[in-house]
Amino acid sequence: MAKKSLEPFLWTLFSAGGVLAALLIPVHLLLFGLAVPLGWANPSYEHLLAVLRHPLTRVYLVLLCTLALFHGAHRFRYTLYDGLQIKHLNEVINVLCYGSAIVGSVLTVYLLWQIP
Amino acid sequence: MSQTPIYTEYHPRWYRRRASTYWWLRRPSYLAFILRELSSLFVTWFVVFTLLQIHALSQGADSYQRFQDWSRNSVVLTVNVVALFFVIFHAITWFRLAPQAMAVRWQGKRVPAAWIAGPNYAAWALASALVAWVILKG
Repeated sequence: MAKKSLEPFLWTLFSAGGVLAALLIPVHLLLFGLAVPLGWANPSYEHLLAVLRHPLTRVYLVLLCTLALFHGAHRFRYTLYDGLQIKHLNEVINVLCYGSAIVGSVLTVYLLWQIP
Repeated sequence: MSQTPIYTEYHPRWYRRRASTYWWLRRPSYLAFILRELSSLFVTWFVVFTLLQIHALSQGADSYQRFQDWSRNSVVLTVNVVALFFVIFHAITWFRLAPQAMAVRWQGKRVPAAWIAGPNYAAWALASALVAWVILKG
């Protein structure tokens, strides 16, 4: 009963996270996953910390990280459902997918909260 | 169909053959579907990577230096390159689906797909430029 009414909400989180992930994750990964480690760009520690401290950046990162986590959890749940057809493990998979998204979201808020 | 159907308390079951666990290897389009779905793992990896980075930044310059050394590790670099491909694949498939998800009508006709996909790509370019500018200006 409760799960049925939750489903549209989960699809909304999936879509919102999907849009943010599509718009923003490629540039983040290109910069911090590739350009900075390979020395193509070298933003200073002081600059990055200053950007991170800004309230708007924190709101932005909370939205990006939490919605991306719920997007990923929802899509991975269906990957297991369709791809491996392990429907009998549905309950366990739901708890693991959305559970880790919730834990990750709490961690995101905590980490951004405690920045000096 | 003129006959009255006879109802019994037994529900006849359809015969459904179980699809192979590897059904998605059968056709390139099926494989593309499952690869698109697997982008979810790399989206999640991005969040983990970013949280590690935020933590390192907030712990001080030494800690951030250690994070940077770690991100230069060839395994981490490889994972990030693969992740970049997957998230770009996610972005392209997402924007290509947008015209089908948004049925916008104007003057009684469906707006051409390019009118919806186009602004999405423009927003992608704009958002990327903005993020890059904020990160790199210092």
